[in-house]
Order: sequence, then C-alpha cells, then structure tokens
Amino acid sequence: MSNISLSIKAENLGKCYRIGVKENMHDSLAKSIFNFVKSPVKNYQKHRSLYNFDDVIQGAEGNTSDVVWALRDVSFEIKQGEVVGIIGINGAGKSTLLKVLSRITNPTKGYAEIRGKISSLLEVGTGFHPELTGRENIYLNGTILGMRSKEIDRKFDEIVDFSGVEKFIDTPVKRYSSGMKVRLAFAVAAHLEPEILLIDEVLAVGDVRFQKKCLNKMEDVSQHGRTVLFVSHNMQAVTRLCPRTILLGNGTLLADGPSHKIVNLYMDSEKGLKDEREWPDLSEAPGDDVVRLCAVRVRLENGRLTDAVDIRKPVSIEMEYEVLQPKQVLMVYYHVVNEEGLEIFTAIDNDPTWRKRERPVGRYVSTVWIPGNFLSEGILYIGPGIYSLDPYMKHFSFNDAVSFQIIDSLDGDTARADFVGNMNGVIRPMLKWETHYGPRGSHNEEAMATRNKSR
Amino acid sequence: MNFIKRTLQKFNDALDIKTDSNTLTVIDPITRWQKRDFSELVEYRDLFFLFAWRQIKVMYAQTILGFSWAILKPFVQIVIFTIIFGTVAKVPTEGVPYFLFSCAAIVPWSFISQAISESSQSLITNSGMLGKVYFPRVIFPLTPVFSRLIDFGISMLIVLCAMLYYHVYPTRNLLLFPLFVFTMMLVPTGIGLWLSSLAIRYRDVNHAMVFIIQMLVYTAPIVYSASSIPAKYRYLYSLNPIVGVIEGFRACLLGTPVPWSYIIPGVITSVILIITGAIYFKRMEKIIVDVI
Repeated sequence: MSNISLSIKAENLGKCYRIGVKENMHDSLAKSIFNFVKSPVKNYQKHRSLYNFDDVIQGAEGNTSDVVWALRDVSFEIKQGEVVGIIGINGAGKSTLLKVLSRITNPTKGYAEIRGKISSLLEVGTGFHPELTGRENIYLNGTILGMRSKEIDRKFDEIVDFSGVEKFIDTPVKRYSSGMKVRLAFAVAAHLEPEILLIDEVLAVGDVRFQKKCLNKMEDVSQHGRTVLFVSHNMQAVTRLCPRTILLGNGTLLADGPSHKIVNLYMDSEKGLKDEREWPDLSEAPGDDVVRLCAVRVRLENGRLTDAVDIRKPVSIEMEYEVLQPKQVLMVYYHVVNEEGLEIFTAIDNDPTWRKRERPVGRYVSTVWIPGNFLSEGILYIGPGIYSLDPYMKHFSFNDAVSFQIIDSLDGDTARADFVGNMNGVIRPMLKWETHYGPRGSHNEEAMATRNKSR
Repeated sequence: MNFIKRTLQKFNDALDIKTDSNTLTVIDPITRWQKRDFSELVEYRDLFFLFAWRQIKVMYAQTILGFSWAILKPFVQIVIFTIIFGTVAKVPTEGVPYFLFSCAAIVPWSFISQAISESSQSLITNSGMLGKVYFPRVIFPLTPVFSRLIDFGISMLIVLCAMLYYHVYPTRNLLLFPLFVFTMMLVPTGIGLWLSSLAIRYRDVNHAMVFIIQMLVYTAPIVYSASSIPAKYRYLYSLNPIVGVIEGFRACLLGTPVPWSYIIPGVITSVILIITGAIYFKRMEKIIVDVI
C-alpha cells in the first residue's frame, strides 16, 4: 500500500453548527399565555432541530441560512513524522479541526483516517482534581491523556523532576499556587509519547522560563519521528518547530506549504498589515481646514512599498498631507505602537528645514527613517499626526494608519546571534560585545591586563 | 493508592493486549456502535478504574467522619423508616422485625438511588473534561455504578449487625448474593445511560430527578412488602427492576423464598433499558460536546 506512511488523511471534513433562530415577539397577553403553554413543544422541536443536519448533508440549500460552517471541505494528508503547524485568525476553524481529529466532536461531513496512537492536548491539566494530591493527579491526568499506568510508573520521577514540585507531590493540588498547578500539568503533558500528537495553544500558560522549557521539550518530541499537529498564534514557535504549515480561514483550508511562506502569507492577509493607506477624497480625510492627511506609506530603502521588513534593514514611513491655509507652523509626528498596544516611541519631525517656519499652501511629503537593528521582531502600528504649537492645536492624529512586521530570518548575523527562541524586549540593538580569556584560576585583573595589552 | 495500583496491575496483566501501532482510527459522521467501540473500552480500562477511584477518594475528602458516612446515611434512614412505617404505621412485614426488613431494602436502595443520580449527572458535571480530551464517554455514566459499590459494601455491615442482633442466620439463599449484587448493578446502568444522555440535551432531567427518585422509593417495596400488592397487579409490578432486586436481597439475607417471578421480569427490563440506553447514548455521544 502506498499510503502506509500516512499518519493523518482528512477528506472534505466539514463541521457545522446551527445558530439559534430568533424567536417571534408576542404582541398580546393572550398570545403570550398561549405561547407559554405551547413553549415546551416548541422548545423540544428547537432542541431537536439544532443538532439535526440531514437537510444540510443532503445538500438542500433551501432553509440553511441558520447554519454556520466552522469547518468546510478541509482535505489534507500528513505523513508519519511530519510536524505541521496550523495557523489562522480566531474563528478560522483551527480548534474545531483539532477537536474533530481528536474525536472530541464529530464531523458533519467528510471523513478522516488516523493511523497510530493519538493524543490530543487541547488544555493542560484536564481532569485535575483539587482534592487529590500531586502524585494522584499525575496518574489521573496521564491516564486521561492516554498513557498507560505502567508508562506513568516509568516516567513518574522524570515528570516530578520536570515540574519542580517534588516537595509538594503528596499535597492536595488545591493548596498549590496556580503556577505550580500549571507546571505539574505541563510536566505530565510533556511526557506524552503518542505516535500522533495534537496540540492547541497550550504554550500560552506559565512563566516565560517554563514556556521555553516546554518549547525545548516539544522540539525534542518532534525530532523523535512523531507526527505533531500544532495550533498556535505564536508565529515564531510555528516557524521554529514546524517545517510545514496549514493556513485556515473561515473554516476552509487557504494554504498549505512550507512554514515561512505560509506565515508570511498569513501575516499579510490576516493580521491586517497595511503598507499604504490613502485618502483620495480630501474632504473625508483625517484633519481639519488647516491641514489634511492624504496618504501614509511604508517603504524600503529601494522605495518599494512593504509590510514585511528585515530586522537588519532600515524602513521609511512617509506621510503625504495637504496644507490648506497659509502661514501655518506645523509639527509632524508618528506614534509607533507594538502589538501589545505599548507605545514604543514617538518620532517628531526635527528637520530644521520646516521647523518654526510658516508653510505655504500645498502638498508635502514628510519621511522618517527607522534604522535597522533597532526594533524588536513583531508588528508595529504607525499613527501619524500633525499639531500646531502656537497656538497649541491638534489637526489630526490617526491611529493604526499603516502597519508592518519586522522579521528576523534567523541568519545568525542579527542581535539574536545563534539564539532562535523567544526573545523579549521592544528594542533589539546590535551591541558591541567582547569576551577575554585567561587561563584557569587566573585573577580577573590578569584578564583585564591582557585586554589592555591587546588594545 | 498502592492498593489501586496493584489491582490495576493485576488487571492489566490479565487483559494485556499489544497496542497495535498501526491502529486505524476512522473519523466520520456515523453514530452507531461498532466493534471498535468495545475493544476501546478494554483499552481505556485504566482510566475507568482511576475515575471510579477518584470518585471514591473525593467523595469523603475533607469530612470528619469519612467512610463512616457510608454507614451513617442509610442507618439514619433505616431508623426513620422503622419509626414511621414499623412503629407508627405498622406496615406488615410477614413476621420479620421491621428494622431488619428495612435494612435489607435500604442498603441496596441507597446504592441504586445514588448511582442513578450520579450517573445521570455525570456528563454534565464532567463537561469541562468532555470538550478537551477524547475517551469513550460511556465511562462517565458507568463510573458511579462501580464507585458506589464501595459504599454499598461498607453499609452491608449494618445488615450484618442487624442479622446478628435479631439472631437471623443466613440460609443457603446467601449463595445467591453475588447474583443480586449483579442485578442491582444492572438497574442504575440502564437508567443512568438513558438519563445521562437525555440530561445533556434536555436539562429538564435535572429538575425531574428529585421526583424520579421519590417515585422510585414508593413504587419499590422499600417501606412495604411486595406481597401487599394485589395479585392481579403483581405482573405489572414486577416489571420495575428494583422490585426484583430488593425482594431478592430480602430473600437471600433473611432466608425467605426466592421470588423468581419478580426477579426475572426485572432483569429483563434492566437488560432492555441497558441495550436501548446504550443505543441512545451512542447516538448522543457524538454530539455531546456540541450540546453541553
């Protein structure tokens, strides 16, 4: 058989839900009473119809307006040992797909074949009971996730070690701090060894240090020939862990291919990145009768519009605006905000050409350059604005006019050096580093001396 | 914990089947029992035992009396019933002391009623787990039937003490004891399968539970003897599976003649309830997560 090495094969998987139908309002007391009496029958019919999809399956398109497809005609094949990321915006059907594949919920249409022992990790700590001790919960949770009790016996010490709660292992979990609970839960999950592992966004828990530990552990897992399906919003983790990625949108499979390509595609289409925004009709543009915004653009050094910027390269943001009244002294600026809504900096036009100088009526283009190797990876939202200082007056301030993503291609010549994990901080400058060597046991001063000599 | 682990181990060794690494799982919209479902139940036996054990452990967690409650609860009920129905209402018991008569009924009855109400609620109370991980859902309604057996075993002490006190000694009817324990377990299994799968869809079951249990108390021969039912209704009466169980317990503990005419129809009802319940449960199983 040629498909023996396939782990998962999905064909036209579809899952639909029926949304509640709006109820009729009663317009008289008599009618209300009548409806109250009749309501059990109506409720019964409603409950029944909510989960009956015969009409949908038979393809009768008539009365199907109240049907929502969480998943529609999704087909793919995953080979044994492949590690595949699944990305998409909220409501794209990622979790539904995992739930269908892990048999938590049943598809309405289509079918899938899964070859091998499957475990799904949609949540850590499923089945944890507060009254039970850590030890007991390890057994319970492990078994729920599909481990055999012998397997847990074997890995027990390792699990306890990984969680770092040795001291409290015989204490009821209800006395644990929430962090300890999560660590214990994750320790169990990290020691799962199924042939196929389905993981939903579970890395979002725990402190950063522990997250890293888990990410490393997952990397280990994926290198042992296991098939892994990994749903995440963390694009760094997806590109790092998964060679292949599936992009879902609106319940359908939008793209399937190498992770870096798909992640870029997703960033462009779904995250609402916008390299250019124009207001062709001046009367609707932000601003007042003094000045109005015409356009904002993000460009590379070569002048090309872009929404994805290499972390090493400078990027320019240009603002095109029209001054409608003469003799205005204007202050042009940008707010630069990151994904978490944190304002990273404000850039105010400090070009002496137009500072403290009255501007004639006309069209202006002001450009600011953000250097390379300065900002951290992630998405930046640009909010342009123009003020007058004397008298103080805001003409406009427009949030999220354009946005772009800063990407580190992990080539090793950035501030990351050889590190590929999650890096925090809003800026990422390339700093000068030196390390000096002295023989073992030598005093610090000796090392300093060699250093001074070498200078 | 160690005891449980040892039991599990023994059970495992007895049942050990090599888990085939090439198991093929097919996911499709079909909702009926397949051969795979039954072998899966064997596969998930560890989980089943752990759930039963968890329930036992958690049941009396943070109580002062602990397992003594398993004795105290039925005991108080027996005393109340003895006062009301034995002393005040003077319900005829065919010469058996009312306390003993009541014991033999209330001990299995509290097993049945508790198992039924826990089983029917099982899917709702565990709904959080249902949406996050897969295992055969039928484990949930079945768990109370087994975990409550511990309580049942402990509360049998009351019956033993009462028998010693009244100098009632076991006859060879006692050999049938395991059979009646088994028929007793069939009752909440069937009803639990039905009610748990109905309850996830229609929460009305929760509200109705109170009088379902109450109705069962009065339709079963708990406070009175089955012989007080007019002969022409007895056939209909015997269809209630609880009648056979309780009259059976009385016969095997107190040495009265074994009422097969109650037991056999009752078992048939139980089996029908289990089969139809399992079919309905299977139909509901795949939509549980969407409905809950």
